[in-house]
Amino acid sequence: MATQHSRAAARLMISPAVGVLLIWMIVPLAMTLWFSFQQYNLLYPDRTGFAGWDNYRYFVTDFRFGAAIRNTLVLVLGVLAITTIGGILLALLLDQPFRGQGIVRLLVLAPFFVMPTVSALVWKNMFMNPVNGFFGHIAQAFGAQAGFDFLGQAPLMSVIIMVAWQWLPFATLILLTALQSLDREQIEAAEMDGAGAWSRFVYIVLPHMTRAITVVILIQTIFLLSVYAEILVTTNGGPGTASLNLPFLVYLASIVDNDVGMGAAGGVIAIILANIVAFFLMRAIGKNLET
Amino acid sequence: MARAVSARRSLLTGILAWTIGLVIFFPILWIVVLSFKSEGDAIAAPLAMLRAPWTFEAYAEVQERSDYFKHFWNSVVISVGSTLIGLLIAIPAAWAMAFVPGRRTKDLLMWMLSTKMMPAAGVLVPMYLIFRDFGLLDTLAGLVGVLTLINLPIIVWMLYTYFKEIPGEILEACRMDGADLKREILYILAPMAVPGIASTLLLNVILAWNEAFWTLRLTASDAAPLTAFIASYSSPEGLFYAKLSAASVMAIAPILILGWFSQKQLVRGLTFGAVK
Repeated sequence: MATQHSRAAARLMISPAVGVLLIWMIVPLAMTLWFSFQQYNLLYPDRTGFAGWDNYRYFVTDFRFGAAIRNTLVLVLGVLAITTIGGILLALLLDQPFRGQGIVRLLVLAPFFVMPTVSALVWKNMFMNPVNGFFGHIAQAFGAQAGFDFLGQAPLMSVIIMVAWQWLPFATLILLTALQSLDREQIEAAEMDGAGAWSRFVYIVLPHMTRAITVVILIQTIFLLSVYAEILVTTNGGPGTASLNLPFLVYLASIVDNDVGMGAAGGVIAIILANIVAFFLMRAIGKNLET
Repeated sequence: MARAVSARRSLLTGILAWTIGLVIFFPILWIVVLSFKSEGDAIAAPLAMLRAPWTFEAYAEVQERSDYFKHFWNSVVISVGSTLIGLLIAIPAAWAMAFVPGRRTKDLLMWMLSTKMMPAAGVLVPMYLIFRDFGLLDTLAGLVGVLTLINLPIIVWMLYTYFKEIPGEILEACRMDGADLKREILYILAPMAVPGIASTLLLNVILAWNEAFWTLRLTASDAAPLTAFIASYSSPEGLFYAKLSAASVMAIAPILILGWFSQKQLVRGLTFGAVK
């Protein structure tokens, strides 16, 4: 009786959140799908009507599409490799007792709070600029004419460095939190039984961290699939298509080229890609709800 | 003997950890230094630059361009505004889900989370057109709305994990003692919920402050927050290292300090409660 009443109240309290999220999910998604099958180019307003799969065909056969997919994968995998492996090592290091532990933690964490446009511009100008950047100055001090032209010669690698710098703190912080919940007695017991450092790591520490590592990888993948600001303010996708990723190609198609239909088709492809990752992430998080 | 070994080990660990920590922090430290140099000195070689006189010139210049404070204020309005509206919608929802869980609560939570998985690029086209047709392009109201929706799932989730930790038995005990609903909420629940709400607020302000897709795409000048203001330095005129450094320092300092304070809550919020 009381529960009947409180259930109704609960439903009432939940409905605004569900309502706005439902609208937020359905309206843009439906519009993206709709536009992706329409002829809709802001430069040719008289050409309208059903386009069938044309937009998808144009997007997939665009000379930039192959590069965009490849760069998206390289960017995601590159940053994941650096941040996950680096994060595990850093977490293990910061978990050891030493003087000033708290301060070092703050230093390592800091890049995560730097807004993407600041991070990208600072790396581009103050560090990677071959003449006036920090690395350029170092190279000149060793007698070189100019430093390595990061953004010209290795644009994708440079973007990976910038993004990894921002996400390494995230991985480290979460893995460190997981590490600190490890039962110390288990480690000590293994030590007494004669297990070396390596086997302690492989058989006790790593299994304990598996969940956290999975979560780090999946959450980062969601964010890394949509890296945009870093590319916009540094390379603009270039030179050529060297640092173009999928979100950036969608932006180029729909906003710069004014082809709304083609951009929408690219958007649908991006959504499908993200949902494949999301499926696994949701399963990993959902398991935690049971307990 | 054992103690001597472990003391030496801890010293070595310390040196290694401090070195790595400083290397990671170095870019931030470097722009702080550059921001206190003149434009000419800022592009000099590191040693010459360090020896050059210190000055507030760059800060003065960035502030003189009166638009800096407009963008700073826009960032404040967007991040705090979207967070407060988000809390207003999310607190009742998280509350109900934590204290009156139904059969569907778990599915509902997972569904909310799934809306967060939609890549921004996927809905850029319709959002841009909606904003254009409703006259929301380059308005604070429009951006506050979008950022509220983007971060609402995280707010609900974080609040839910906090509220779940409030023992339900306390409520029953209150009811036995004859407290009415108003008192129950005011004197018992609110004080227990405040810390969770505060950390949710903090994390969400940080996320909204640094959001750099919609803030770049849906603004031009009037409603542009600091993310967009800084982006305007990507095609500058003349020497700009000191000015860019000063603007950057001012843009990241408040959030860096907030972030350092909230590092514990960060883990819970960013992993949707999966790692605590």
